[in-house]
This record gives sequence, C-alpha cells and structure tokens, in this order.
Amino acid sequence: MNQELFLSSQVDLKAARSLKERLIKALFFFCAAVSILTTLGIVGILIFETWNFFGKVSFKQFFGDTQWTPLFAQKHFGVWALISGTALTSFVSIVTALPLGLLAAIYLSEFASKRIRSFIKPSLEVLAGIPTVIYGYFALTFVTPCLQKIIPGLAGFNALGAGIVMGIMILPIIASLSEDAIYAVPPSLKEGAYALGGNRLATIFRVVLPSSFSGIGAAAILGISRAVGETMIVVIAAGQQPNFTLDPRVAVETMTAYIVQVSLGDTPTGTLEYQTIFAVGMTLFIFTLALNLGAHHLRRNVLKGSL
Amino acid sequence: MIFKKKFIKESTSENAFKAICFVAILLPILLIIVLIGDALIDGWSRLNLDFLLGLPSRKAEIAGLLPALMGSFYLMLLTAAIAIPLGLGAAIYLEEYASESFLTSLIEINISNLAGVPSIIYGLLGLEIFVRMSHMGRSLLAGACTLALLLLPMVIMVSRESLRVVPKSLREACFALGADRFQTIWKVVLPMSFPGALTGIILSMARAIGETAPLITIGALTYVAFLPDSIHSAFTAMPIQIFNWISRPQKDFHINAAAGIIVLLLVMLILNALAIWLRARLQRKVYW
Repeated sequence: MNQELFLSSQVDLKAARSLKERLIKALFFFCAAVSILTTLGIVGILIFETWNFFGKVSFKQFFGDTQWTPLFAQKHFGVWALISGTALTSFVSIVTALPLGLLAAIYLSEFASKRIRSFIKPSLEVLAGIPTVIYGYFALTFVTPCLQKIIPGLAGFNALGAGIVMGIMILPIIASLSEDAIYAVPPSLKEGAYALGGNRLATIFRVVLPSSFSGIGAAAILGISRAVGETMIVVIAAGQQPNFTLDPRVAVETMTAYIVQVSLGDTPTGTLEYQTIFAVGMTLFIFTLALNLGAHHLRRNVLKGSL
Repeated sequence: MIFKKKFIKESTSENAFKAICFVAILLPILLIIVLIGDALIDGWSRLNLDFLLGLPSRKAEIAGLLPALMGSFYLMLLTAAIAIPLGLGAAIYLEEYASESFLTSLIEINISNLAGVPSIIYGLLGLEIFVRMSHMGRSLLAGACTLALLLLPMVIMVSRESLRVVPKSLREACFALGADRFQTIWKVVLPMSFPGALTGIILSMARAIGETAPLITIGALTYVAFLPDSIHSAFTAMPIQIFNWISRPQKDFHINAAAGIIVLLLVMLILNALAIWLRARLQRKVYW
C-alpha cells in the first residue's frame, strides 16, 4: 500500500473522530450544565419577583409588622407571622428528633450487633422514604387526637402535633448523619479512654460525643433545614392561620404553607398576591441556604479530621 | 472485640443506658407500624375495584382514584424520560470527561447544594419557567419538567456511583484496542454500570411519586374528573388527590384518603421491590 496515502487517510480519520468526540463531549457537558442553569433559574426568578414585590410593598411593611393578611381587603405584609410559625414547628420537630436520633446513632454505632443493625438501618430508610402527605394525614387524624386527650385546650390544627410528626420525619437523617460522625472518631481515642480505666459510658460521654460534636451539630442543622422547608405536614396539620405566637397549642402558618395556600387558589400572574409567594419563597430559600452552608462548614471540619 | 468483653464489666448504669438507646430506636419503627396500621384500619373498607377505577365525586362513597392513578403513571413516565438522559449525561461528563478544573468543582458543589433546596422552591421555579414563560400551562409536561429538575441531583449522584464501580483497567483495555472515548463509554462502561444506575434511578422515582408540594405550587388540579389525554392536558396525581381528601372537613373523605394512602404505599413498595429484584438479577453477571 502507498505509505503516504495511508498516512493521510489516518490523519483525516483522526480529525473526523475528534470532531465527533468534541460534539459528544459538548452534549454531556450540556447535561451537567442543566444543574447550574437550575440554580441560576431559582435565584433569578426569586430575585426578579421579589424585586417586583418590593416595588409595591416597602421593607418596613415586610419586616416591621407582625400581621400577615395579604389576601384580605385590609392588607398587612408582616412576614414575622410566617417566620414565627416556621420557627415554632421546626423547634418542636428538632426537640423531638435530636435526642431520639442521637440515642439511636449511639445505639447503632456502639451497642448494636450486626444482625440488629442490618434490620434497623433499612427500617430507618423506609421511614425517610414515606411521602410527607402521609405523615400529614397521620398528624391530623392520629397524633393530634391523641395529644388532645393529654393536653386540654389543644386546637384541632396546631403546631405541636405537626412539629412532633415532622420530628419523626427528620429523625432518620439526624440518626444516620450522627452515626457517621460517631463512626469517624478514631478507635485509638476510645482505646485510650479504656486504657485509662474508663468504662463504656464514660468513654461515650467524655470522649466519643465531644469529639464528634461538630458532626452531630451538622446533623442537627441539616435536620432543622429539612423541617423549615417541609411543606405537606404543616399544611395539613398546623392550620393556615398566620398567628404571631410561640404557643404550640394553637394553629400557625409556615412560609411553605402560605405558598401552598395561594397556589390552591387561581392567582393571576403579575398581581401582588402572586408576587407575595415569591417574596416568601425568597425568605425561605435564604433560611435553608444559610442552614445548609452552616452544616457544610461544620462537616468539612469533620472530614478534615480536626474533629 | 474479645478483650472488651473480658475486661470491661457491664455495669447497671451502662445496661440502663443501653436500654434507653434501644427504646429510642424502637420508637420510630413502632410508629411506622402504627402509621401503616392506622391507614389500613381506616381505609380498608373503601379499598375495592370501584375505588381504583372510579372518578372523583362530591360523594365520598362513590369517589374514585382513577384520574390520580393514571396521572401519577404518566407523570412518572415523562419525568423518567427527561431526568434519566439528563442525569446519566451529567454523570458521564463528571466521571469520564471532566478534568479537575474550577468549572467541574463548581458543578459538583452546585449539585450537592441543589439537593438541599426545599421541594416547594422547585415548584416556584416550575410555575415561573415552565407554566408561565414556556406557556406549558398547568399540564403534565410542566409537572414532569419540574419533578425532573427536582430529581436530577439524586439521579446524577446514583449514576456517578454506578460509573465509579467499573474498574479503570477495563477502560484502559478498551482504549488499547483502539476504541475512542465515546465507544468505551457506550460499549463497556454503560452496560456494566447499568444495573447499579437502574436500581438507584428506580429508587429515586419511588421518592418522586410521593412528591406533593411542587405539583400543587405549579397548579396541578385537585379535582379532575377526566383522564389526561396528552402531555398538554391538565392532571392530578395520587398524593394531590390524597391531600384533597384530607383537607375536606367531612370525615367520610378521610376514609378515602386512607385508602389512597394504602394504594400509594403499595405502589412505592412495588417500585422498591422491583429495584431490589433487578439489582439481584442483573448483578449476577459479574464481568470482573
């Protein structure tokens, strides 16, 4: 065969191949870039609609009031009513979930035999996978009636029942992240504690838990972030009355519940009511972002090994 | 492990603490059993063929789940058709093509951040981008696009994990035989990582089928007395129908909600079982 011809045809093949390669690579890159576009889209529409909102409503009306009645004739835009509702349900849920989750994590990492672990871990995963609308039904028709027998004067829709059920929902996340943190404590530290004559309890409370503190903190913060963004449980069981209160026995409205309340009606684009859900969405987004970044910061300390 | 048992005596306080921990872990598991039992007791009487094949009604006794059931089915098909190619493509880019650069780490950080965004925010995104700007209206397509974006971080993560399982030596062998990068991916890497990716994707679909908040936000209807006939048709889905029944004051509709919950849990159970079965079946063919 003619050597030169052979070589030149080789070169052409290579050029064609690299063009095809580059096209394919660009296609795959586009798929990866969709995630960036999603973030830009979220931030973009939230800023855009919130900007429109603040064209009509002043900062003072939004942050300087505790009444939230944008759907009534007498309009008030005090977002604190929604923030207090969100904070209250999230607080009840973390108070429920953190002790249980932490004890569960200690049991799984320090006491459980392999067989019990292999049964319990999938069960917790099942718990994490249950749709939240089902938890909402549970809170409204089971937990609240039970609580009403113990606590007289508990309203049919209340922050307490919704918060407790939300605590059960975030429990698996807290348990599994705390377990990771406890697992990351070097065995040498524990052995050191045993060598000094510490028993198991002293080792857990004086060595293991303090060393995994930042990991457990990250788990708690991520749990709160989930609770703040959780929607269906609070829509169904906490009521839709934006009360500015810290009393868990009465109905409250969270930020997420307000967005659902407006979405269930038919609100035309460009109206003030339509823009309020984006302003509330922006507030919610900032809260969860701050919590997630805080947790990320704490967890990075764990990964670095600085404990 | 053995020496621990010998030298460290188990004291009473330790055993008490161990018992407390055990109760703490048993409590949530007992609660799920109560939760499922509660739904079964409430909804069992309503669960029959008429309920599954009926249209919604203002009377609780004759209201059925069919539009919601079909709506969820079409929604899942469309969501999978959008999320799987995009998610796999992104995973292939990050695992096979991307060099370590600023852009790559930006994409990675971004994906993990997106996983932490509340689902209702995706609803707001879908409402503005798909329903209003793209003029899709409150259609199946708009719902599927929104759910696909919500699922994307999870699909990318499970796909990346499955790609990482394929050993590097196999890729090198393929290159040595003269294949280019795409041929290697298409003929070697993808077929081998397929079982893992499929299992993970089915599991994330099982999650998506219960998503309620984003669909309500984009304006999926709560009362639909017809079956969706195209991707532009209005729709309802199982969790939305359940929510609609729960939020009615009449107790009769709560029975319907419980029956709907049983059906939803059953569908999720089937999807999970399918994922486990597929993993067991496909992984029997181990190449390396």
